[in-house]
Amino acid sequence: MIPAHAHGAASGGVSSELIALLPVLVAIAVYVSATIIGRQRGRAWPWFRTMFWIAGVLAGAAGFIGPLAAAAHESFVAHMAAHLLVGMAAPLLLVLSAPMTLALRTLSVDPARRLSRLLRSPLAGVLTHPIVAAALNVGGMWVLYRTPLYDLMQRDMLVHLLVMLHFLLAGYLYTYALVGIDPSPHRSGLVMRGVVLVSSLAAHGILAKLLYAHPPPGVPATEAHVGAQLMFTGGDAVDFVLIVLLCAEWYRATGRRLRATATSVSAAQRTEPAAPGGSRRTKGASA
Amino acid sequence: MNGMSSRTGGSPLRFRSYWAGSLLGVAMMAAIDEIVFHQILAWHHFYDNSTPDIAIFSDGLLHAAELFVFVFGFFLMLDARRRRTFWAAAAWAGFLVGLGLFQLWDGIVDHKILRLHQIRYGVELLPYDVAWNAAGALLLVSGIIWTLVLARRGNPGISEDSASSQPIS
Repeated sequence: MIPAHAHGAASGGVSSELIALLPVLVAIAVYVSATIIGRQRGRAWPWFRTMFWIAGVLAGAAGFIGPLAAAAHESFVAHMAAHLLVGMAAPLLLVLSAPMTLALRTLSVDPARRLSRLLRSPLAGVLTHPIVAAALNVGGMWVLYRTPLYDLMQRDMLVHLLVMLHFLLAGYLYTYALVGIDPSPHRSGLVMRGVVLVSSLAAHGILAKLLYAHPPPGVPATEAHVGAQLMFTGGDAVDFVLIVLLCAEWYRATGRRLRATATSVSAAQRTEPAAPGGSRRTKGASA
Repeated sequence: MNGMSSRTGGSPLRFRSYWAGSLLGVAMMAAIDEIVFHQILAWHHFYDNSTPDIAIFSDGLLHAAELFVFVFGFFLMLDARRRRTFWAAAAWAGFLVGLGLFQLWDGIVDHKILRLHQIRYGVELLPYDVAWNAAGALLLVSGIIWTLVLARRGNPGISEDSASSQPIS
């Protein structure tokens, strides 16, 4: 489509790919070292979280280097596959690997304190609010596909890089705002998170259908149709996992409340066996 | 136990099982629609070029809500079991109501009012529309009748849901 660009990729491709591989290797090495340090201190780290991290880093990297990233410059379908990997699959895998929990365990006291102060800061509160995170994530997509930005991204390497980085970061922020075990002092309630999840899933699906109906400038209709359906299905698949995680959190939280009520009720019954008023008070307080 | 009324009977609407059943009914019919008519028969279209944008919006929201309802229905059912307030008959009655509601919504609002897509293309539509909506109405009416029967008969031995004041949350 754009010969000048293809030439650039062919001549400078190999060395720039090697440079781009460096952050991938560093990210995996740092995480794995942290788990090894933890084990030496006698605190084992679940192996599946390490797997999540490695898979997440690789999924994210696939949008920047390798055959898929190269094809994404030419084909809308490959672009969409890269977008789903970088903006949805990688963030989910990375959040599930709980990097902040691992960091807080591994770092020495001072940097750990700094990290936790950062997480508690008002700025983190704003950025990790589900509405803000969803606006950055899904809103960014609307901007990309409904303005000339997509066309520009396919021409300009730097814009391409920045757009992909934006989706990786915004996707992470969004996923972290909704689910996961990492400490999140500002995390919103389950209802808010559920509403935002359903709305952003809807916005994602609506955008996919609009792309099908009205392809972005420069994208042939047949490619747009395949890409849009891929976006629709892929978005559903990742959001399905998010919904399960959110509902599972609701289920666990409800279970804790039930157990707490049962415990306080039986305690109240032990202390004042024939006082229905007492146990009702207990229930009212915990509900 | 306190709070949990020990009287049996009462409307199925006060049971989590009923609501979980209806959520799963809605989701099940949505899934049947998606799998049978969109994927297997390919009668419905993803987008049929005459779909107005407003219909795309409403469909997108509905689809997202279905996905959520499908998962949440299962967890709500598990919750009812955990609370030992699970009432299978109420869950099935709710399931029928959910099936019928979605079928009718799809047949009347999606196909006819919003004209999102049609049941099938290149054929006389009327018999399809009549069969579609009659099936939906049949499911809905049987669900409602079953609900009324259960409400009159009461449930055998299961104490009423402790959270009857807040049926869903």
